[in-house]
Amino acid sequence: MAKITLDGQVYDVDAGENLLKTCLSLGLDLPYFCWHPALGSVGACRQCAVVQYKDASDSKGRLVMACMTPVTDGLRAELEAPEAREFRASVIEFLMTSHPHDCPVCEEGGECHLQDMTVMTGHTVRHYRGRKRTHRNQYLGPFLNHEMNRCIACYRCVRYYRDYAGGQDLDVFAIRNDVYFGRFEDGVLENEFSGNLAEVCPTGVFTDKTFSAHYVRKWDLRYAPSVCAHCAVGCNTSPGERLGVLRRIINRYHGEVNGYFLCDRGRFGYGFVNGEERIRQPSLRGEPVSIEAAVAHLAGLASGRTIGIGSPRASLEANFALRALVGAENFYAGLSRAEAELVAAILDVLRRWPIRLPTVREVERADAVLVLGEDATSTAPRLALALRQAVRNQALELAQELKIPGWLDAAVREAAQGAKSPLFLASPAATRLDEVAEAVYRGAPEDIARLGFAVAHCLSPEAPGVPDLAGEDARLAETIAAALASARRPLIVSGTGCQSLEIIQAAANVALALAKRNPERSAPADAPDQSPPSAGLTETMKPVDLCYLVPECNTLGLALMDGRSVGDVFAAVQEGAADTVVVLENDLYRRADAVAVDHFLGQVKHLAVIEHTFNATAEQAELLLPSGTFAETEGTLVSLEGRAQRFYSVMPPAGEARDNWRWPAA
Amino acid sequence: MDKPLTRNIKPDLAPVTLAEYRRSGGYEGLKKAVTAMAPAEAVATVKEANLRGRGGAGFPTGVKWSLVPQAAGQKYVVVNADEMEPGTFKDRLLMEGDPHQLIEGIAIAAYAIGADTAYIFLRGEYTLAARRLEQALQEARDASLLGRNILGAEFHLDIHLHTSAGRYICGEETALLNSLEGKRANPRTKPPYPQTSGLWGRPTVVNNVETVCNVPHILREGADWYRGLSRSQDAGTKLFGVSGRVKKPGLWELPMGTPIRELIEDCAGGMQEGYTLRGFLPGGASTDFLLPEHLDLAMDFDSLQRAGSRLGTGTMIVLDDATCPVRIVLNLERFFTQESCGWCTPCRDGLPWVVEILEGILAGRGRPEDLDRLEKLAWLMGPGHTFCALAPGAAEPLQSALKYFREDFERYLPVSPALSLRGEEHRVPLLEGERRAAGG
Repeated sequence: MAKITLDGQVYDVDAGENLLKTCLSLGLDLPYFCWHPALGSVGACRQCAVVQYKDASDSKGRLVMACMTPVTDGLRAELEAPEAREFRASVIEFLMTSHPHDCPVCEEGGECHLQDMTVMTGHTVRHYRGRKRTHRNQYLGPFLNHEMNRCIACYRCVRYYRDYAGGQDLDVFAIRNDVYFGRFEDGVLENEFSGNLAEVCPTGVFTDKTFSAHYVRKWDLRYAPSVCAHCAVGCNTSPGERLGVLRRIINRYHGEVNGYFLCDRGRFGYGFVNGEERIRQPSLRGEPVSIEAAVAHLAGLASGRTIGIGSPRASLEANFALRALVGAENFYAGLSRAEAELVAAILDVLRRWPIRLPTVREVERADAVLVLGEDATSTAPRLALALRQAVRNQALELAQELKIPGWLDAAVREAAQGAKSPLFLASPAATRLDEVAEAVYRGAPEDIARLGFAVAHCLSPEAPGVPDLAGEDARLAETIAAALASARRPLIVSGTGCQSLEIIQAAANVALALAKRNPERSAPADAPDQSPPSAGLTETMKPVDLCYLVPECNTLGLALMDGRSVGDVFAAVQEGAADTVVVLENDLYRRADAVAVDHFLGQVKHLAVIEHTFNATAEQAELLLPSGTFAETEGTLVSLEGRAQRFYSVMPPAGEARDNWRWPAA
Repeated sequence: MDKPLTRNIKPDLAPVTLAEYRRSGGYEGLKKAVTAMAPAEAVATVKEANLRGRGGAGFPTGVKWSLVPQAAGQKYVVVNADEMEPGTFKDRLLMEGDPHQLIEGIAIAAYAIGADTAYIFLRGEYTLAARRLEQALQEARDASLLGRNILGAEFHLDIHLHTSAGRYICGEETALLNSLEGKRANPRTKPPYPQTSGLWGRPTVVNNVETVCNVPHILREGADWYRGLSRSQDAGTKLFGVSGRVKKPGLWELPMGTPIRELIEDCAGGMQEGYTLRGFLPGGASTDFLLPEHLDLAMDFDSLQRAGSRLGTGTMIVLDDATCPVRIVLNLERFFTQESCGWCTPCRDGLPWVVEILEGILAGRGRPEDLDRLEKLAWLMGPGHTFCALAPGAAEPLQSALKYFREDFERYLPVSPALSLRGEEHRVPLLEGERRAAGG
């Protein structure tokens, strides 16, 4: 703790942070551009100037940049000193010398950090009489606009894109007031997190191109707190709607999950909500019917021998409503047979083994990582971005030894150069994280599992060994084991990506073996008290962080309700247990092969489908009930870290569509 | 008068060979250091000699060396030979004329801080210096003065010559390090200083060429001798240059603290016939103007600082009465504007504004408030307000010209704004020297 005096007011704050962050946390208005909470301080824009005083007797003080000033006990500074105010207003005036006066037609207008800071500093009259420097813009692909004339050269874009997200194809070119932020040549930005540039940029250089297609001002949008439906990470989002059209999605800060950033799939993958393929009208055997008639028909169907098939992309509430309609014994989760097995195995491990599911933020803190069989960039992109940050922990530690605070971003990178915490990656094909991995293992799922078992055995002789492992692989296993064993916060990432039970088991074995190495650590209060899965497990083991990546936004939640697959449904119908099936937002053709589904549907007498977008299953429905997408309904999703998160409707479903849970609940 | 730095330099400026250098006592300082002194003693000697950096900032060299952590591990010596400031040409003489002096100095510095690798970061346009340094380095390697077990001691060193791709900002020591690493030549945050986190993140000492060239002599002759060379509290000799309308522009090695008058009137032979001294930039393009009334000041760090300017690189630019100070300032500011790295706002966006105003003033578009604006811009680009010293350096000639030569700015301002609105030409009053040249 530190006691500091700002404008005569005494505050108790954390020592060691930078003064800008401290001021902002205290709710004090101090303008800034180059600083970003996730990117740290570099001292480029010179906007956050305050006057700092040496001691009590110092009456003159000197101008310092708050973002570069560490908070120490006794620090005294004035944000409101006339010199500081004048300097800050002048810096804004500098930034505005070449900035176009195009706010009325700029898409950033109304949510522009530069506008806000300009108003905050009080710069109103322009004194510069010269010509403005101009730039040529680039085509950056379908997601982002590029309008370089608006650039104020805060360097956030390149620092985010290159340093944080690991992109290579965006850089700063040229010098002086001609610095240019773009690609070497026109082309689609390669990084899968490029969309964050629209939010990282404090003005309108990078803006959301998908939003441009149906642009409205920020204040004309209606927002609702939402959760991304595209993978199991559970990033928090703010979808914005106007006149029944979903216009865009922006990040909604959650300190333990997505922080400040989304992946491009989550940000830009909303077109289906406004899509032509949406189902807008209840229909019975292809003929439109009223809601009342549809509800009555569903009730009639459900009174017989009826099975309900749930959905890993529908909320707990919708699945529950369907289960309530058909009865628990007739409710099937509706995963594919393989997926159901994998998720069941994961749940079993999570329930009984000394394992802790880390949050995305905690993933960023890991200092040694083993990824077994997952291409996280594809299956849980935001988590892959977190793994990229985890790799930096070694650099942060090195910097700390040199007494360089972690937030002094450029200095940390210069001191530590390319130092990386160990990340080991075993996957069947190349992944985007290979470039930051200490070692990469390429192999079939079985080979990856064997590597995992070997690592576990290296960590604990009680874990079964892999006798016939090739020498090179055995050495790699030893290296991985040594890195995990010496780490303070080791992490294992695995999941259903390879469709391999062995990989899931191998990951669990590594975690258990790691846990066994630290029996002396006392168990935290939330340690599992279930019976140990194998001999030698003691109650004092500290749980080890293990992330299991599962495919869909509510896979884990659904699996907690029921574990039976579409294969089980097929068998039940085959045996004559039911002749009527109600499917909730689930395209069966994605869960089993087409022959099996066709055969199954041939046996079903009555098929009711609750769905928001046409698919092969919906097209065969006797009764088709239109539902809302994530943007038009509300509910709860359980993320891969076991976090139940509620999302809310930003607009009512168009036409005769209703909330997915409302149909079975009616 | 002893002139250690230039005593070997030949009148025809041909390079001193290794054999010649050794005959004059060359590499004796290194020998003394590596055979008879612990590294810490070498540091202490340089500290005691009170050698201050000759690149412009004047930081005590021994203190800089002593800030390098003692712990073993990779360390570097980097020589800043990116001499690129307008009007500065002192390091060039030392590198072209006596390259072994620099190499010996580097070796001693490396021994003192425990480095086994050194780099000379050379201005790209200095092709002759590059050739001569390469040649001298090869001579030194062939004579086992570089390489393994130098002079029989447990001391190894190799020196790499790196020629710059050509940016003024590379002369800023941390931008130099980034450039050497193959990165964009932007300055780095300080702290951490290069002594703890420098080249490739390792402890590094960055010294100017002239600074390093003093080191062999200090080691050989001792700290007392070195301090005794000076005429002021700043020790040693210094290369002083004079350019402008003097009779004999040039470069001389003189005791630190030599009065400015001796430099201009004795060494440079005074002003050319028909020209009068109006002022001078004592330490090069990025120092404040001084006036004839300052002629009796001593050329050393503290005297010039007290007078409101800086010793800088010690290479003076003289302003005569037929040269417009506004045009001089514009010329300098154009240079600094062009060389801004574009990192921090006051430099990147302030300098072009200065140029815009000065061009406007010279084109007859000036307004009275422009001078206040220039003053404010100079303040905004002042020390501590920017990320590195480039813009504060650029602000120095500007702010001092506004202070001392305000009437020269004002003479371009249209007397009445209505005049310029009507498109009538404003007649700019002539300078004293211009009038004379025009025969009036």
